[in-house]
Amino acid sequence: MSVLELRALEKHYGRIQAVNGFDLKSEEGELLAILGPSGSGKSTLMRMIAGLEKPSSGDILLDGQSVLGIPPRDRNVAMVFQSFALYPHMSVRDNILFPLVSRKVPKSQHQAKLDEVTRILEVDDLLDRRPTRLSGGQQQKVALARALVRDPELFVFDEPLSSLDAQIRSQARAELRELHDRTRITTLYVTHDQLEALGLADRVAVINKGRLHQVGTPRELYNDPADLFVAGFIGNPPMNLLPLDEHTVAGLRPEHLRLHADAPDGDYVLDMQVAIEHVEYLGSEWLGYGTVQSGLADIDQQRQHVVARLPASIEPRFSPGEQWRFVGARADVRLFDRASGERKASQAGVAA
Amino acid sequence: MFLSLARKTGFYGGIGFLTLFAILPVLWAFLTIFKTSGDLYSIGISPFFFDEPPTLSNLVFLFTRTNFPTFLWNSAIVGVCVVAITLLLAVPAAFALARLTGRWGEHSGMAIFLVYLIPPSLLFIPMYQIVVWLGVANSIWSLVIVLPTITIPFCTWLLLGFFRSVPRTLDEAALLDGCGQFTAFRKVVLPQVYPGIGACAVFAFSLSLGNYIYAATFINASAARNISAGVPTELIRGDVFYWPELMAATLVVAIPLAIAYGLFFNYLVGGFKNAT
Amino acid sequence: MSKAAATVATARDGGALARLARWLDQPKVLAWLMLGPAVLYVVAFVGFPFVLAIALSLSDATIGDPSLDNFVGLSNYATVIQTDAFQLALRNSLIVTAGVICLILVLATLASELLVYSFRGKRLFQTLFILPWAMPVSLAAIVWLWFLDSTFSPVDWILVELGVLGPGSPLGPYSHMYYLGREWLGLASTIVADVWRMLPLATIIVLAGRLSIPEERFEQARIDGAGVFRILFRITIPALKPMLIVAILFTSLLVIGEMSMIEILTRGGPGHSTQVLPYWAYLKGIAGGSLAQGAAIALFLFPFLLVVSVLALRAAYRAQEA
Repeated sequence: MSVLELRALEKHYGRIQAVNGFDLKSEEGELLAILGPSGSGKSTLMRMIAGLEKPSSGDILLDGQSVLGIPPRDRNVAMVFQSFALYPHMSVRDNILFPLVSRKVPKSQHQAKLDEVTRILEVDDLLDRRPTRLSGGQQQKVALARALVRDPELFVFDEPLSSLDAQIRSQARAELRELHDRTRITTLYVTHDQLEALGLADRVAVINKGRLHQVGTPRELYNDPADLFVAGFIGNPPMNLLPLDEHTVAGLRPEHLRLHADAPDGDYVLDMQVAIEHVEYLGSEWLGYGTVQSGLADIDQQRQHVVARLPASIEPRFSPGEQWRFVGARADVRLFDRASGERKASQAGVAA
Repeated sequence: MFLSLARKTGFYGGIGFLTLFAILPVLWAFLTIFKTSGDLYSIGISPFFFDEPPTLSNLVFLFTRTNFPTFLWNSAIVGVCVVAITLLLAVPAAFALARLTGRWGEHSGMAIFLVYLIPPSLLFIPMYQIVVWLGVANSIWSLVIVLPTITIPFCTWLLLGFFRSVPRTLDEAALLDGCGQFTAFRKVVLPQVYPGIGACAVFAFSLSLGNYIYAATFINASAARNISAGVPTELIRGDVFYWPELMAATLVVAIPLAIAYGLFFNYLVGGFKNAT
Repeated sequence: MSKAAATVATARDGGALARLARWLDQPKVLAWLMLGPAVLYVVAFVGFPFVLAIALSLSDATIGDPSLDNFVGLSNYATVIQTDAFQLALRNSLIVTAGVICLILVLATLASELLVYSFRGKRLFQTLFILPWAMPVSLAAIVWLWFLDSTFSPVDWILVELGVLGPGSPLGPYSHMYYLGREWLGLASTIVADVWRMLPLATIIVLAGRLSIPEERFEQARIDGAGVFRILFRITIPALKPMLIVAILFTSLLVIGEMSMIEILTRGGPGHSTQVLPYWAYLKGIAGGSLAQGAAIALFLFPFLLVVSVLALRAAYRAQEA
């Protein structure tokens, strides 16, 4: 169990800035997800932590010690690759034992270690097979076993679920969490899938274009996004982001967009006429899509689209082609600075 | 895939044409081996049938009354040595270019090509002098020293393709599992390209066997000749051609090599696919 | 001490030998260690002889007196260029190479198009198809010498049986073509034999390119209603361009530098009418003993080949990136 700390970490390839001044500190034994769209610099970040790339500047520390000069072989960071990177020419057993053999761990300890990890990951019956004959889920377990066998200080997962079939993904997610709870090894979980990040991690770091936008628990990210990027990235569908005036953008989750008729009295920041365009039934919920007709600052001369979410149990009263009055309560609305994208620090009038 | 009748005809027509083009001269050579001279040198009868019963005497003559076994042996020694030297130098070089030299290595395919631009036909005269200086003229070792100039650039280029087709995450996993760069190469990457190395070995062997200009230039003594220079010089005596023996010598070499090539055909294609 | 600190300590521990091993294992150092032997070998046995070849061509060295002490400038080139044999050899080398390239392009594209599909007996076909390439060139030349023999050529026999050769037929009164005894027929025969020998390699290269074209592109074209030929000329060949260039380079370098084909088929004759550069360099330089003139002949095409190859390779890379 270790603490990973990144200080002012930067990486650029020529003129391209892949990672841009990154500060981040993990808690001991936590599962920290790195969430960002593709091209956000998350894999560069992960490769630097593993020692596969050298940072341009900044520092990486494990338990307060810089690991920059240490080659990957000595870093004791275990990585599970997206492709799992199992050695095709070795049996599953040899794959799992490979880190021990490479690190010259005495042979007498091999069997005990092997038994331990194969029991945890339930791959005992696969040991004599070749990785190419395994299913995706089995390959993932073998890759995990190989990473686990040498008691790493830090786990790095590179989108480990993305090469699995959709059906077994949620099960694999649960198993990963279970594995983490059992081992309590500090884990960095890199993904572009917010469902994975929010569902799995203790905390999530949202990054984009090499910059860290926010670190927080899934709840914090959802309820209190730090800036417009996080607000627009987290949640599906994401926050409605609507211009209030020249300097302010109001963010409102689709489930907080309500019909005025349902609650005529309240402290509303947003009050708009919306033309309904279409309504989707998604089993557990309804999604209503519309364009704002009036009630907003007319800044870009652009029509604003909004999404409203209703639980499936409530039959929506609106249907396409109609106009309805929608409102957003002061307590639900988050305000952002239009120019910088930052959250407006003072919610003074709002909180009241 | 479903093929219409017209396309099917075209397809098999094409296959038939190419097969015929490739093997017609070989077929003729093959028939020649087993013909008695009376059958061979009579005019007006079909050359593709046996007028007199087939004979093995030409093959026997080739192996017992000519220097062909010596040539074969020399070619084999040269071939094995050249393949060994080539792989020893080209495999690490190709790995280094594919993995360790960064962007610079990505364009190395082109640089290797430039080495190929200096062909034996340009080098054989100074090479003859070097061979004389080294004191290996007139011996098969001259070929062992010189022929890797042809095979190393070629095999490095081809192996580059094989190494590039191995996912990088495999070496990276090995590095994280506690290997050094070299151990990752030897234990993890190298085993993935064994078929490619096999293909390169076949290629290098056949190139070393096939080179004529060096073999003809460096070696005069019959006992040190190899197949490609020995057979044309010793089985053709002035105007006298030992046709059946010549054809037998050719096919004895070509058929095993063709089978080896056939086995590695798809790997060779794979190598070229990733090399450029 | 934490685990990380302990790891740092072990990394810095170890004897001098372990430290050396670690130093050698750095990517940049290791790269040179692995690349070094091959580079040294190529410099010693390609670079050095190449320089020597240039020096020889500027000297008056002979086999009897191979020293380079007498610098004669470009006079060897001047002497060599003026001879009829050289001019014929240059012309023929270019004709043969160009002819081979044209035929190879068509046949290799065709062959690769067929080899994309799987069919019964494909393995056997591949083996038979590659047979010509598996032969040492000199032996392949002998096979063709016998195949095109002035008296016993089975090709002549087939032509006579078909009624196109022999008395009163389109190809003349004789029942033999004497393929190798006439200037143009001799060159044509050499071209065909070279195509025969090089086609397998060229096909492998083109097939490699063909297989890298995503199958969806063909499916899309088929859905759009394109026929076989439209697909070939609009989709396949443009996408094959880089590999076609590579195939041309390989083929032409191997053909232009090969002397045994001509040496065995025609001995450059009749006269020098089918002479080619490498054989003429050999005759002058080794058999005739004038190392200097031989080197000059051999070097003559180098600048030309260099420029053409660099241009072609750049075109190939650009086409690939596009």
